[in-house]
Amino acid sequence: MTTFDTTLTPADLKSDISRLFLKKRLMNFALPAAVLAYLAYVFVVFDMPGLWERASLDNAKTLVSDSYSYKTHVTRDNRSGEVSVAIEGERKGAYPDGMSPDWVALGETTVIDLEDGHRVTFGSETIAYEIPGYGTVRATPSRSAGVQAELPAGDVPEWISVSKNRLAVTTEAGRLTVTRNRAEVFRYFAGWELFFFTLDSPYYGMGVGELMQRAATGEGGAIFQEFWTNKMWRHQDVAWAIAETLLMAFLGTIGAGIIALPLAFLATRNFMPLRSIRFAMRRLFDFVRGVDSLIWTVVLARAFGPGPLTGALAILVTDTGTFGKIFSEALENVDQKQIEGVASTGAKPVQRYRFGVIPQITPVLLSQLLYFLESNTRSATIIGAITGGGIGLLLTQAIITQKDWEEVAYYITLIILMVMLMDWFSGWLRRRLIKGEGGNAKRKPRKAEGEAFLLP
Amino acid sequence: MADLTAARPGIEDIRQHYTAHTQRKRLYGGILLAVFVALMAAGFRTADARNAGSFADGFTRIFDYPSEVLAEAAEKAAQLPGHLVQFFPALVETLNIAAASTLVGAVFGTLLSLLATRGMAPWPVLIPLFRRISDICRAIPEIVIALVLIFVLGGGPVPAMIAIAIHTAGALGKLFSEVNENASLKPVEGLTSVGATWAQRMTLGVIPQVGPNYVSYALLRFEINIRASAILGFVGAGGIGYELKNAMSWGQGRYDEAAAIFLLLFVTIVAVDQLSGLLRDRLTHGAKA
Repeated sequence: MTTFDTTLTPADLKSDISRLFLKKRLMNFALPAAVLAYLAYVFVVFDMPGLWERASLDNAKTLVSDSYSYKTHVTRDNRSGEVSVAIEGERKGAYPDGMSPDWVALGETTVIDLEDGHRVTFGSETIAYEIPGYGTVRATPSRSAGVQAELPAGDVPEWISVSKNRLAVTTEAGRLTVTRNRAEVFRYFAGWELFFFTLDSPYYGMGVGELMQRAATGEGGAIFQEFWTNKMWRHQDVAWAIAETLLMAFLGTIGAGIIALPLAFLATRNFMPLRSIRFAMRRLFDFVRGVDSLIWTVVLARAFGPGPLTGALAILVTDTGTFGKIFSEALENVDQKQIEGVASTGAKPVQRYRFGVIPQITPVLLSQLLYFLESNTRSATIIGAITGGGIGLLLTQAIITQKDWEEVAYYITLIILMVMLMDWFSGWLRRRLIKGEGGNAKRKPRKAEGEAFLLP
Repeated sequence: MADLTAARPGIEDIRQHYTAHTQRKRLYGGILLAVFVALMAAGFRTADARNAGSFADGFTRIFDYPSEVLAEAAEKAAQLPGHLVQFFPALVETLNIAAASTLVGAVFGTLLSLLATRGMAPWPVLIPLFRRISDICRAIPEIVIALVLIFVLGGGPVPAMIAIAIHTAGALGKLFSEVNENASLKPVEGLTSVGATWAQRMTLGVIPQVGPNYVSYALLRFEINIRASAILGFVGAGGIGYELKNAMSWGQGRYDEAAAIFLLLFVTIVAVDQLSGLLRDRLTHGAKA
């Protein structure tokens, strides 16, 4: 409707307007309808109805309960009669010989108190489990006859499973399994056990007060050493992994910035008179960006092997393309007058760039670098999971074992904290460097700076 | 400025001040640069030492793998179109994951942003809470949620979609709330005065103002999500990433398939990049008519 038509009659106008309304009305319904239709299509393609069948609720239950609790195994070897106690049943969490938690009384007959009246007794021959409100379940394992179970009279409840060679009892208080070779009791506790010190450490079980006292009397280093080399939680390795991830992000982002800045000059209309070079540089940036970081990671991992360097290089290469594009756009918007002003004082070309151009694009440059530093911390985690380096690797390893969910929860917490910290830090630095220079308030905000770039 | 009564400083004083100031600035700049270079160098050395292969060794071999792949692909160039057709469904799955997660993420992002913007939030007390929620959603890398969900839901596109959608909701929530802050509150006030509910105020008063910006951000996010869903495929979430992993683990002999996948992924990313760039330009600057 750019041309102004003087011969319009009210009838024409009305039909125009009603057509516009109809179009708008149609759009208002068509757009949501299209979105809904697409979502319905995705629903079918992704086989959402079949998802429930494939989903494993047991897995979900183990995942959730394991991430905030741990279990202690009390195991009796039925051949030798020896009883051992271990946290999570792992060798690293085993109690030393003769030592046990206070709810397990070792001896000729081992008595395990599961509280609320639940009590398991490992006798010399027979294993007994007293269950309040039900009775006592007895089982006698032997090599010849399997497991002979004696249950109180009545139907077998569903939380007890009995067969010729196996008895399993699952109650609120814990779990007992008896097979021919061994009898095992699991008791669940909330929390992350052995987070600070493992059982073989002299500081295991000490309170904060006592630790402080000991630290004050010169044992601080030893205490830290024990914590740092904790075999269950591997604090040292985790700290290194976090450092590696941050290192990847730092090296990749800053390296990309350093490489992209000079190249960006070659891709701008105002600094590069040769059209062919300009075109080539732009296509190079597009290519590097288009070959996804996934492909770069795969290719570079072949050349450099797994580790933080590969991750850093993958980030560097991908971001060189992105930075090249952003920087060259910023350079094209540079104000020519300032360069002329610097040139009029007799400045040499290098000085012209240094004092005429760079100060103009510094805000864009810095804010982009800092934005990317934050988002690359996340990318580094992901790339680490693929190439094998940093916290991403630890996380995938812990998930693959499918039982160390407490470690997975720990790593996820650390990753979230790390990313949020980087987010906060880069935001703080950005404000300090770009807006916090006091006297610059009079400078009118530049378009390139105000325009938010969206980042991965 | 405070000391107006003092004698006016002579030119000499000013020059001295200025030189001292410049020198101090240069010194600080120099120190900062030195620290920075040292940090970079130390970081590079650490990364190099902790890597399986060293930079010097690997540098010469960067192009070995691509050239192997390309050589084999060139040898079997005739099969390339067949492979492209073969992997096209996987590509569509990857695109579907990205699109669906962008849509779902944008819906939740809109909600989060409206709940976290002053003047629009129905419960102003809870604004910090919703901000933190979107911060946390944004901070979780997609791979973390995807891997955990794959354990529970089994492999396939759904875990990837949920994972990307959560991250997208957080990221868009933040950007959308920045857009909301620039929106005029007058239509909202007008609607309030005629007794509109919160949902009506938002859909009729705010969304029409911010719509083009929302769509432009969502398009950018879609681009990013295509890359993310390709990566998540690599860790077992289906789509083209999964096919790439399979083709690669076969090693030599299947490089033609890997090359086809590389090509598909590259072309898709570039095409979507260009298309969404065009669309965004039209949305933010208006149609060029």
